[in-house]
Amino acid sequence: MKPEILLAHLGSFRPTWSEELRRRVAAATDHFVRAEPLGIDLAPFYAPERQQYHATLLLAELLRHLPASGGRIVGITAEDLFIPVLTFVFGQAQLGGPAAVVSVMRLHTEFYGLPTDERLLVDRAVKEVVHELGHGFGLVHCPDRSCVMSSSTYVEDVDLKSERFCTECSSLLVAGSATTPHT
Amino acid sequence: MSHRKPRIMIVDDERSVRESLREWFLEDGFEVVTAEDGLDALKKLDSDPFDLLVVDLKMPRMDGISLQRRLRETHPDLTIIILTAFASVETAVEALKLGAFDYVTKPVDPDELSHTVRRALERKQLTDENARLRDKVTQLATAAPIVGSSRGMERVMELVGTVAETDASVVIRGESGTGKELIARAIHGASPRRFFPIVAVNCGAIPETLLESELFGHEKGAFTGAHYRRKGKLELANGGTLFLDEIGEIPAKMQVDLLRVLESHRFNRLGGAQEIESDFRLVCATNRDLEALVKEGRFREDLYYRIHVFSIEIPPLRERREDIPLLVEHFVEKLSRSMGKPSKQLSEESEELLQAYDWPGNVRELENAIERAMVIGTTDSIRPQDLPLQVEQEGGTPRDRSLESLESEHIARVLREESGNVSQAARVLGIDRGTLYNKIKKYGIRSG
Ligand SMILES: [Zn+2]
Ligand SMILES: [Zn+2]
Repeated sequence: MKPEILLAHLGSFRPTWSEELRRRVAAATDHFVRAEPLGIDLAPFYAPERQQYHATLLLAELLRHLPASGGRIVGITAEDLFIPVLTFVFGQAQLGGPAAVVSVMRLHTEFYGLPTDERLLVDRAVKEVVHELGHGFGLVHCPDRSCVMSSSTYVEDVDLKSERFCTECSSLLVAGSATTPHT
Repeated sequence: MSHRKPRIMIVDDERSVRESLREWFLEDGFEVVTAEDGLDALKKLDSDPFDLLVVDLKMPRMDGISLQRRLRETHPDLTIIILTAFASVETAVEALKLGAFDYVTKPVDPDELSHTVRRALERKQLTDENARLRDKVTQLATAAPIVGSSRGMERVMELVGTVAETDASVVIRGESGTGKELIARAIHGASPRRFFPIVAVNCGAIPETLLESELFGHEKGAFTGAHYRRKGKLELANGGTLFLDEIGEIPAKMQVDLLRVLESHRFNRLGGAQEIESDFRLVCATNRDLEALVKEGRFREDLYYRIHVFSIEIPPLRERREDIPLLVEHFVEKLSRSMGKPSKQLSEESEELLQAYDWPGNVRELENAIERAMVIGTTDSIRPQDLPLQVEQEGGTPRDRSLESLESEHIARVLREESGNVSQAARVLGIDRGTLYNKIKKYGIRSG
């Protein structure tokens, strides 16, 4: 059996669509996914001068909360994330590593001054979680714009892709040339 | 870019910057090496080639500008992107003057960073390609000179010199194997366009359905199987020369399209809305009688006039037999060098044999014959038995006059002329490849 994936809800993040997210991530990755809150204090990762949270440091913390028996963890948060050189990131993972983190802040239509669209938000969240998990499986960005592994620097790019791995990426996953976790 | 992963080096004294950029580029499919300052970078650059350097300006020991100064001498071809804090944009501009590709200010928008990196790699690829092409031109100029002192070849070389200076279209005519592509390259190599590419398309060798996208390129999704945007040969020849071999074979519809491009130098990729401009010089070649094709209505007259400003006719080898000794000497030298074998002399008998032969496959057939002699010959001279020629000896008639024997000989000869290329030979023989394979097997003909 494949090791499970823990979808860890960070801070006060408790969306009503949590179960749908869990189900769709499980379907797209073909893994068992468990969703539950993870009570870690986010304050140490906050950078006041940027009013954002440090994704890399947060990732390091998540590595300490891996599920037993070699599973993976994806932290999901409503807070905005950054890495030092970039203005923001939707999420971050270690290539071939067991931990990832995703922010839904910039996935909200409201963030761009548009009316609320929860359907779209859920779609985007599914894609970003699956995308970061893909990196965890060892996949790099894919030139196929409909593949979940295509890179997204704008939220519009996220909307263009599907939540599925393209045939090529899927075959890499099956062939196992995409790597298993290491820390 | 090839399938090799692009290699990038990140030079920054801040560990968190190095690490997060490393992760970011790894996810984008790069091979990543990090260095903590200029000295460290120089050390790591010594051992491996890199496609791109991302360099922070402010570092201890050796900063970005000093590093760049050093690299300008040791690695002038390196593509560099500068990382800078907003406060030091002036220094970044100094870096640009030193040849950096671009700079980004920290923190950078992810989209801006990926865009800058993409542009940098594209430019690097272009520069590499130009360098490769320059090498290729030089290589062609030294490795494949046009050999011949006959009146016929002197005339050809005079014409090459004359037309090379102009930008007009040229049609090179000559039988198969006379070296039409060599002449096309000689024209390009002597023309003002020589530092741009010469792009060759064999119109007779590509199926009609593919020829269109080969020439015009296509957008992603233009047809089933078009997964990526692809530039066509017309576009790739921009600045240089487009060489269309076997121009007599292009289908009627393409003749119209080609004429339109030649008139406007503008076209669209298949499935593309955007008009593309390409400035190239056209050189065509054919072994067909174009005038006859025009008369038969199989080649458009307007296209004929458009491409046929100059015409260069390469004489067949049998009409310039005096060039044979020179050519043999040239091929022997070239082959002994590439095979690492000692050079050979032509025996007197062999020379007579070569002079008597008709050379239907022209210079290419001669080269193949010499190559074979170099491979199988066991002495330091080329003897008649080393040459694969079916010269009609003693009264001019082969002993076995059965139809099968003639067919077998004819197939073997055509295969030789076409350098063992079965598809090409089948076309010449007017039979399909399957049939040809069966006959090769039946008669036990060794191809190549
Ligand atoms: Zn990614
Ligand atoms: Zn893919």
